[in-house]
Amino acid sequence: MRFGLTEDQGLFGRSLRGFLADRLPLDALRRLAETGTGFDAELWRGLGELGLHGLLVPEEHGGAGLGMLDAALAAEALGYHAAPAPFAAALVMAVQAFRSAGDAEQQRQWLPRIAQGQARIGLGFAGLAGQTGRAALRLEGGRLSGALDGLMDGGEATHFLAYLPDGRAALIEAGAPGVTATLRRSVDRTRALVDLDLAGAAPVALLQSSNDPLAAARRVRDAGRVMLAADTLGAAQNMLDRAVAYAKERVQFGRVIGSFQGVKYMCADMATMLEPCRAMVWYAAYAQDAVPEEAAMVAAHAKAHLAEVGREVARLATEVHGGMGFTDLLGLHHQFKRITFDRQVLGGPERCRHDAAVAQGWVAA
Amino acid sequence: MDLTLTPKHRALREEVDAFIAAHRGAAPRPGGGRKRPDRKALDWQALLLEHGYFARTIPREYGGFGAPHDVIELAIIADAFSRAGISPGIHNQGISMLVPTLLEVGTEEQKRRWIGPTIRGETIWCQGYSEPGSGSDLAAAQTRAVVEDGHFVINGQKIWTSSAHFADMMFLLCRTEPDKSKHAGLSYLLLPMSAPGIEVRPLRTMTGRAEFNETFFTDVRVPVDQIVMGRGDGWHVANVTLKYERMLLGDPNKLQQRLEAIRRMMEQPGADGARLLDRAEWRDRLLRLQGEVIAARNHNMRLLTETAEGVDSGLGRFIVKYHGTMLAHRLASLALDVMGSTGLLYEPQGEVAEDDPATTWQIDYMYDIGLIIGGGSSNIQKNIIGERGLGLPREPKAAVPAGRN
Ligand SMILES: Cc1cc2nc3c(=O)[nH]c(=O)nc-3n(C[C@H](O)[C@H](O)[C@H](O)COP(=O)(O)OP(=O)(O)OC[C@H]3O[C@@H](n4cnc5c(N)ncnc54)[C@H](O)[C@@H]3O)c2cc1C
Repeated sequence: MRFGLTEDQGLFGRSLRGFLADRLPLDALRRLAETGTGFDAELWRGLGELGLHGLLVPEEHGGAGLGMLDAALAAEALGYHAAPAPFAAALVMAVQAFRSAGDAEQQRQWLPRIAQGQARIGLGFAGLAGQTGRAALRLEGGRLSGALDGLMDGGEATHFLAYLPDGRAALIEAGAPGVTATLRRSVDRTRALVDLDLAGAAPVALLQSSNDPLAAARRVRDAGRVMLAADTLGAAQNMLDRAVAYAKERVQFGRVIGSFQGVKYMCADMATMLEPCRAMVWYAAYAQDAVPEEAAMVAAHAKAHLAEVGREVARLATEVHGGMGFTDLLGLHHQFKRITFDRQVLGGPERCRHDAAVAQGWVAA
Repeated sequence: MDLTLTPKHRALREEVDAFIAAHRGAAPRPGGGRKRPDRKALDWQALLLEHGYFARTIPREYGGFGAPHDVIELAIIADAFSRAGISPGIHNQGISMLVPTLLEVGTEEQKRRWIGPTIRGETIWCQGYSEPGSGSDLAAAQTRAVVEDGHFVINGQKIWTSSAHFADMMFLLCRTEPDKSKHAGLSYLLLPMSAPGIEVRPLRTMTGRAEFNETFFTDVRVPVDQIVMGRGDGWHVANVTLKYERMLLGDPNKLQQRLEAIRRMMEQPGADGARLLDRAEWRDRLLRLQGEVIAARNHNMRLLTETAEGVDSGLGRFIVKYHGTMLAHRLASLALDVMGSTGLLYEPQGEVAEDDPATTWQIDYMYDIGLIIGGGSSNIQKNIIGERGLGLPREPKAAVPAGRN
């Protein structure tokens, strides 16, 4: 029994953070965020070289075969640096979707392509996770029609995986006939949302091999929620680190502001809220692989709790910076907006807590 | 305590409701207003002034409606506009901060000259207080003005100057008496932004727009009579303005407007056909905030009454900015949560076009944090509440003396 990261995991997190720090100095981040697509080919390639694309893909399909905790560490690093890179949906949820509901042939065909960074899959979960927006898809005669809003990792996606209300998922090609994908720039310019309008689009694969499709879909949802929680953890940690550094430098009334108890207490409050979140995210991620009976409950709680803590840290860390925090000068807002985004996608805290109650059998769904 | 409505009050309520019903099509959208007022906003302002729904108690000779002070009348008007979700007129730094400052400490000439065009929304003011080295420590301002042949000659730099890029005028806090102590060396000047030697450099904020600026002064000349009160009175005048700024930032009518807007959103059925208002956890969030907004509005009525009676509310006033801006933040937070992922869509328009509702809420959410910082941060408010409001001892001075005076 050991509650902590392995040496390899520590190393992995550090090297990913080092890579991102190197690739995403503020001027580069500002430039990449301009487009709002949440994708940059060079960064994507670099992340691939670090093994991110195939992180969760089993070794037999050309991946590293690592687990959800490793993925959460990656999500945390991406959030820390506000990296404009598809991840939660394209590299975690999509893999989970194939593994839980794809047949052997589909897995053999698609997982290697994900691991090689060739298939970048945007994923739409709207109705099943309590996201707002349109969620009305029909599959008739093998053709998909209707509308689905708010697909994650959809900017520059090669494919979309659209969930049907019954828990099955249809994979469609981004440019196929009958597919209209509208990119919506979000307040978080490092990640876009895509609205899909489908008129008789032909799926290239239908993931329906699970004997309980809704349960399979929920596992995908839970994996995504853990990733968003980890992303917020990273973004909030970044904001706290910078607030502390700023409080040690900035002078007012002839004193370093960190020497005012008011400022010290703000930093201490942020640390007190955030520090337990790290272990919470670790456990929630670990449970996805190792404690199936708790997986949904802890994923929902991690998502909701990190959203609440993230919102507080985002405000307090900005406050510590005074007027500087409100500007674009320090770029603190990239993490601020990351936290804003993570909260609303795949269900806000109210919905997640409801799902936690359902998962524990306290109430019906 | 007597809040019985006289027949006159009841008539006013009917009159305002009828006005809103007749003219609501002409109203600009409330909120998000951090741009120069456009034609629509100016026409609306004129209409409100004409009917006495704006600047109601400002004397006629200064361009107001000249009604005697009656808190119930003001509440009736504010309430009608927020219930209807209709813009109550322009609230900017000139109208809500400079105008009451001039009414309190300005000369007759200054009142006649500046109040009219300001409340009509024609003259836009910006506030030249903060500097790179003096934000919370406002009295450490280093921008200096020396007198030369009947003029102040100003040199220095201001920062975070909201609206300076479209303002006509600035009220400026600067050091005119360098040999006096920190607080006694300041003066409060009024100057046109078109004066030679002023350079405004926009600063992008977290909203993606440049709502505020750096303002540089190089030998900017201002006639010596463009001063409010006298030389060395700047700290006093600046604090009069701050008093009104903090009331503005905690304005409960804005909170009420927001609450109503959120309630309307929660009444709409979502994609699944259900209304958030029917869900206990959502309703409870709204109701909690409603309770706080009611408290803030009642408190405001009390403060207005005390002001009308010439009583300084002290503690009651000191809490307004911190309380109101935090409440505003929580209201915007709820609005974002109600909109969910569709509310993440963000495409701010330029200076003229109106933003869509989701973008407006996202801007408000970010701007609210700015307002928690601006006008004296929450910590500074807490220091004031603790020290001036509750009489707690001041924090011990730093062992190392300040580098500046
Ligand atoms: C949206 C916005 C609009 C603004 N508009 C204007 C404007 O139009 N004109 C203008 O002149 N200025 C404007 N400002 C500037 C604003 O007044 C200052 O940002 C504010 O006073 C804080 O100063 P600062 O930025 O230098 O932060 P600092 O003073 O450096 O404060 C940094 C942190 O230290 C804390 N701190 C400082 N001193 C103490 C203390 N003694 N005890 C405890 N904590 C302390 C603060 O609370 C804050 O959290 C605006 C700011 C914002 C954000």
